[in-house]
Amino acid sequence: MSSLQDKVIVVTGGSRGIGEAIVRHCAAAGAKVHFTYRSSSANADTIVANLAAKNLSAVSHKCDVASPDDVQALIETVVKAEGAIHGLVNNAGITRDGLVMRMKDEDWDAVIDTNLKSAFTASRAVARPMMKQRNGRIVNIGSIVGQTGNAGQVNYSASKAGLIGLTKSLAKELASRNILVNCVAPGYVATDMTDKLTEEQTQAFEKNIPMQRSATPEEVATVVAFFLSDASGYVTGQVLNVDGGLAA
Amino acid sequence: MSTVAERVTQIIVDKLGVEESQVKPEASFTNDLGADSLDTVELIMDFEREFDTSIEDSDAEKIQTVGDAVSYLEKNAG
Ligand SMILES: NC(=O)c1ccc[n+]([C@@H]2O[C@H](COP(=O)([O-])OP(=O)(O)OC[C@H]3O[C@@H](n4cnc5c(N)ncnc54)[C@H](O)[C@@H]3O)[C@@H](O)[C@H]2O)c1
Repeated sequence: MSSLQDKVIVVTGGSRGIGEAIVRHCAAAGAKVHFTYRSSSANADTIVANLAAKNLSAVSHKCDVASPDDVQALIETVVKAEGAIHGLVNNAGITRDGLVMRMKDEDWDAVIDTNLKSAFTASRAVARPMMKQRNGRIVNIGSIVGQTGNAGQVNYSASKAGLIGLTKSLAKELASRNILVNCVAPGYVATDMTDKLTEEQTQAFEKNIPMQRSATPEEVATVVAFFLSDASGYVTGQVLNVDGGLAA
Repeated sequence: MSTVAERVTQIIVDKLGVEESQVKPEASFTNDLGADSLDTVELIMDFEREFDTSIEDSDAEKIQTVGDAVSYLEKNAG
């Protein structure tokens, strides 16, 4: 496991699914993790308590990532508490699927604001403290549908494609200050997000994956941890698909 | 209480790591003091914080030298 000893890492949407796996993995690697939940603190409290029992550090924050003020306040709180911020993982995300003819403006806006704009506002908030440190890592959680497209997901796939452009531009903008920005793009991961699909849909999907199974959240978390760690010190502006070969 | 020029000089010395003697009114941030585009944005933000003011982008573009910064801040903040 790549060491993240004492690194201060913020993970959005860390109370379940892939975000939870990232929180647990980073904490186990020695990081001081701060993560957000949106509404109910029950899951977040359990995670914090579990980790504390193992002497690992995690702090939860209530934060709606679609609100720029919430995001700014979150980052300020963390920087004030820890005196530094090494890593940001923009993981919070939603789907509002539907065929384009029936898709409402609200469905488009909610997905773009939550998945894409939040990555901009959070990156803007961490840019200054990371520039001062001359050190930082930003990891955006994309999706392979940002490259392949997917019927029924014009909003979601546009948000994930947008994250690729954001990743590459930010990487170029901040590289001289040793702030590295990358994107991890999962294929199909077993979480609440994919639980919405029927058993049949899931089976049909998995048949198309060369590895013939979905990923576990941990298999995404380990790749995210690589980008947060010193092991990836010369890698920036990249998109790494974690998809069992689906988009290969 | 330090003058505007003294406070501006201190910010520039801290941010760009230059000698105080180099921070002359006619010195250009990018040409003489080694600032890149990120540094100049950070300088503007440091001025905003120090003088508790907000500098519009259109004004910020015109602040190219130490003297530009001092006269802008003398006029618009205190
Ligand atoms: N599950 C998959 O197959 C899959 C595939 C590719 C990409 N992804 C991406 O991975 C990320 C995590 O997804 P997941 O599968 O764990 O989904 P999930 O639904 O289990 O978790 C999403 C997390 O985001 C948080 N969140 C959503 N809206 C928020 C808001 N406005 N403010 C704060 N937090 C908010 C939720 O509270 C939750 O913690 C998402 O960006 C998703 O697009 C997932």
